[in-house]
Amino acid sequence: MSEHELRVSKIRDGTVIDHVEGGQALNVLAILGIDGSEGFGVSVGMNVPSDRLGRKDIVKVEERELSQSEVDVLSLIAPEATINIVRDFEVVEKNRVTRPDSVTGVLSCPNRNCITNADEPVDTRFDVVADGVRCDYCSTILRADIADHIDV
Amino acid sequence: MRQDHLITATQLSRDDIEAVLDRAREVADDPAAYADRHAGRVLALCFFEPSTRTRMSFDSAAKRLGIDTIDMGDVGSSSVSKGESLSDTVRVIEGYADALVLRHPSEGAATLAAEHVSVPVVNAGDGAGQHPSQTLLDLHTIRENHGLDDLTVGIMGDLKYGRTVHSLAAALTEFDANQHFISPESLRLPRSVRFDLHETGAQVREHTDLEDVIDELDVLYVTRIQKERFPDENEYHRVAGEYQIDAETLDDAADDLTVMHPLPRVDEIAPDVDETDHATYFEQAHNGVPVRMALLDTLLENAEAAEGMEVDR
Repeated sequence: MSEHELRVSKIRDGTVIDHVEGGQALNVLAILGIDGSEGFGVSVGMNVPSDRLGRKDIVKVEERELSQSEVDVLSLIAPEATINIVRDFEVVEKNRVTRPDSVTGVLSCPNRNCITNADEPVDTRFDVVADGVRCDYCSTILRADIADHIDV
Repeated sequence: MRQDHLITATQLSRDDIEAVLDRAREVADDPAAYADRHAGRVLALCFFEPSTRTRMSFDSAAKRLGIDTIDMGDVGSSSVSKGESLSDTVRVIEGYADALVLRHPSEGAATLAAEHVSVPVVNAGDGAGQHPSQTLLDLHTIRENHGLDDLTVGIMGDLKYGRTVHSLAAALTEFDANQHFISPESLRLPRSVRFDLHETGAQVREHTDLEDVIDELDVLYVTRIQKERFPDENEYHRVAGEYQIDAETLDDAADDLTVMHPLPRVDEIAPDVDETDHATYFEQAHNGVPVRMALLDTLLENAEAAEGMEVDR
């Protein structure tokens, strides 16, 4: 994208999450627990033209770097995402997300009859399988609708 | 079997299963040799859902091993009715008993319970999840009638909510059985069970009509279309009745076809089948005692061995 097409400004320090599937940017912010009340700058581009994805979303968060568990969950809804760490306007680190073996405490089980939905003091735990995640307690498999069950 | 708990049939290898079934055969042949084997031990029966066969056969199995049992009683008369969590309930009961047998209406309840206690937990049914001790007695029954090699098994009825089905299907993959699943479209196996069968490379076919496969089967495992699992009573009435068998249905079956059912039956198997050589469901129910004796014996032995190891350290 050339300079005159830029829709949001460059950031000085923080994280740029690029190549997010179109329409998932707000879920990315939900995973990161960002709702704007934290006070740091957040820029969101949605359905931006992309050579690789056709349309993509992009999220820029100033003064914030991501933890591994945040990246793990991000990988479930944005498997093509790249994470760029920016310091003093320069990209100092660029990583593709990798899928973790399991995710704990961030998704709710869609099976209403699962024991994790029964007011027990328990964190949900999902194994990451071929094209989705699977509840460790009731074995329910969650595929395309993972983003609907983010519980953070 | 070097397991601490029995939560799901998917945790069991062929060797695990055969070890329990070998022991069940020894128990059945010489029950006196097992009497008082675990005298002084206490088994807690924690049934958050109604049960007759499973509760009584565990009770009987325990007593035949010299184990005392304590029973939580009906949920309505226990602290559960005051809103206590399952996690707290099992942590308390752990202090009263050397092992827990748990039945609960929520899927995953036994997994959760096992995370909170250090005594063996046996899953005696978790919602529409698993019922692995039933599977062990099912396999024992099949083994005594046919052996466990080169089997073709038909499983019919409520495959979606039937926890005995989910456990049996998983265990049969350890024996490379050909599995035929016969059900209405709305009660097909759930995605998670089909996923596991696919992962193991199991030989599986699905049908809506028993006639398609009846002549190929060594075992026909019939399950009740469970009214209480249906959110909609109209749907229950629509599909129930389509999957019932009688003596005439079995005219095309092999002479040595074994007909099984986890019981209770309602209308799925007509009484005239009881008079045929195919009927094996009462034998199957009776096998609950020696198989659960073998299971409890194994789990308590494993727990004692683990305690010994801790002392040695």
